[in-house]
Amino acid sequence: MFEQTGIPSKDMIMEKFPLVDRINRGPVAVVECYKEIPCNPCQTACKLDAIKVGTDINSVPKVNFENCSGCGICLSKCPGLAIMIVDGSKSNYTVEVKIPYEFLPLPKKDEIVKGLDREGNYITDAKVLKILNPKSFDRTPIITIEIDRKYLYDIRNIKVEV
Amino acid sequence: MRIENHPILEFKRKKIIKFTFNGQEVEGYEGETIAAALHAAGVKVLGKSLFSNRPRGFFCAIGNCSSCFMVVNGVPNIKTCVTDLKEGMIVETQEGKGVIK
Amino acid sequence: MKEADLVVIGGGPAGLCAAISAAKSGSKVLIIERNKDFGGQLVKQTHMFFGSEKQYASTRGIDIKEILVNELKMLYENVKVMMDSTVVGMYEDGVITILHKEDNYFKIKPKAIVVATGAFEKYLAFPNNDLPGIYGAGAVQTLMNVYGVKPGKKVLMVGAGNIGLIVSYQLMQAGVEVVAILDAAPKIGGYLVHASKIRRMGVPILTSHTVKEAIGKDCLEKVIVCKVNDKFEQISDTEKEFNVDVMCISVGLTPLNELLSMRGCEMKYVPQLSGSVPVRNDNYETSIENVFVAGDACGIEEASSAMVEGYLAGLCAAAKIGHKSNDYEVKRAEFEKQLYNLRSGPVGQKILIGIEQIVNR
Repeated sequence: MFEQTGIPSKDMIMEKFPLVDRINRGPVAVVECYKEIPCNPCQTACKLDAIKVGTDINSVPKVNFENCSGCGICLSKCPGLAIMIVDGSKSNYTVEVKIPYEFLPLPKKDEIVKGLDREGNYITDAKVLKILNPKSFDRTPIITIEIDRKYLYDIRNIKVEV
Repeated sequence: MRIENHPILEFKRKKIIKFTFNGQEVEGYEGETIAAALHAAGVKVLGKSLFSNRPRGFFCAIGNCSSCFMVVNGVPNIKTCVTDLKEGMIVETQEGKGVIK
Repeated sequence: MKEADLVVIGGGPAGLCAAISAAKSGSKVLIIERNKDFGGQLVKQTHMFFGSEKQYASTRGIDIKEILVNELKMLYENVKVMMDSTVVGMYEDGVITILHKEDNYFKIKPKAIVVATGAFEKYLAFPNNDLPGIYGAGAVQTLMNVYGVKPGKKVLMVGAGNIGLIVSYQLMQAGVEVVAILDAAPKIGGYLVHASKIRRMGVPILTSHTVKEAIGKDCLEKVIVCKVNDKFEQISDTEKEFNVDVMCISVGLTPLNELLSMRGCEMKYVPQLSGSVPVRNDNYETSIENVFVAGDACGIEEASSAMVEGYLAGLCAAAKIGHKSNDYEVKRAEFEKQLYNLRSGPVGQKILIGIEQIVNR
């Protein structure tokens, strides 16, 4: 189905996520790159050896969740915008999620935006905690949002009302 | 129909250029092509086809396909998708083959 | 008549890299470019490229153009450029003719030529496919990313290959609504990371769908689409209507290399390389001695491989006319390795099968 729709199945998504225990210990990268394509900037960007593509640049990246600090440098480097950071260490009820967002207008801090799933459907309201857009991100801003924990595996995008 | 804000690009518009399209005055910007300026002004029909007289717009926008031919300053068959706009240009829709002088 | 060492036809990614690599080898290079600016189609690629660091991965296409042009400027002693100039003929006696500013004709007789003329967009047959408002996806990209002009209000994208997916995303970045992406194939042809990026913006991707008819008086007003079966035949009673003022056709590219045919190079139709392409050797030299080729002109691929092919062809062409650099073997092996890496995955399989049919070893 994924190859017809571009929407990964629940099983595919779960395979890319670290265990809840790891998510609760602090920020960590989820690399949603499912198919082999010739590409490896995530590996090049990671200074902690947490993402490995290996010698064949067509391989699907593998994440070592223990090495990953959730720094987020890979987010703006991924040409496919396939990476997000999840952090469950702040509260038992919410999670913080960092996603790349290349559209205007950018949300504002503390704004409530619409949280969307991988099909673009509205699932929950999301509170914007931070907008990072330094020069090194090369016009791929990273937005940190806070959402209800039950949407951890569903959240993938936001919609900013104009 | 112009893009004002863009997340990746910044459009620095240069001098305003005035030209005429089928006798009407139209404005574009220096550095853009005739077809781009016309499109921004809402003009999509650039000519009529040779035999069936069907409306023609541009297709490739890089000078490959000949779909955007117009009469410019009296000269037919000008590839308007790659020809820069100049002040005072007289641009007209082209019907038929045009005549080489 | 002018004389030159090496002429590179086309200043896109392949041509720029060919010129850089030949100039670095010590050859005098003349690049002939029909536009007023270098970069070919890089000038409208606002997205970050795939590949590895060596092909400027994770850098936006528009910025890769700047990198290559700056590198070329550093080599000014060996490089001359002729802009706004179209090569209109390549002849048996080695002479090429050039139309400068649609006005003056020149003749040049170079020792060697690298043809890097790129590609053009394929078209699709359906009733009223000539209505204004129906554009090549690349044309829409030029209009919005080079000139900052929106193509219209609502767009239907035809083709879910990389170009269709990328241009859909860029349309949304420009503030234009994309109503759907269709593709007659049963699967999405482009990279699935691109597809996911579009999908999570809420844009449906309709595989096994094609355009049945376009409707409009002077301009496009409506598109009727329908499902197709596995033989690409339209299935009745599956029609859907989209009220759109723009339809983008993104059903692939074809190599643009009539100059090579004109010169008498042996050509072969290779579906995997998307059209008629020149038979060549490992050095990217065609069946005519000292006529080289690189990039989409010898088979449709990504810009990343076009750049590496350019570096390789430029290196080999320079060597052939007496400018073999000391590190020729090292560089050659390095470029070969990069191309191997880019093509060794599932995406590259088709390309490798195509190349196998045209390379004389």
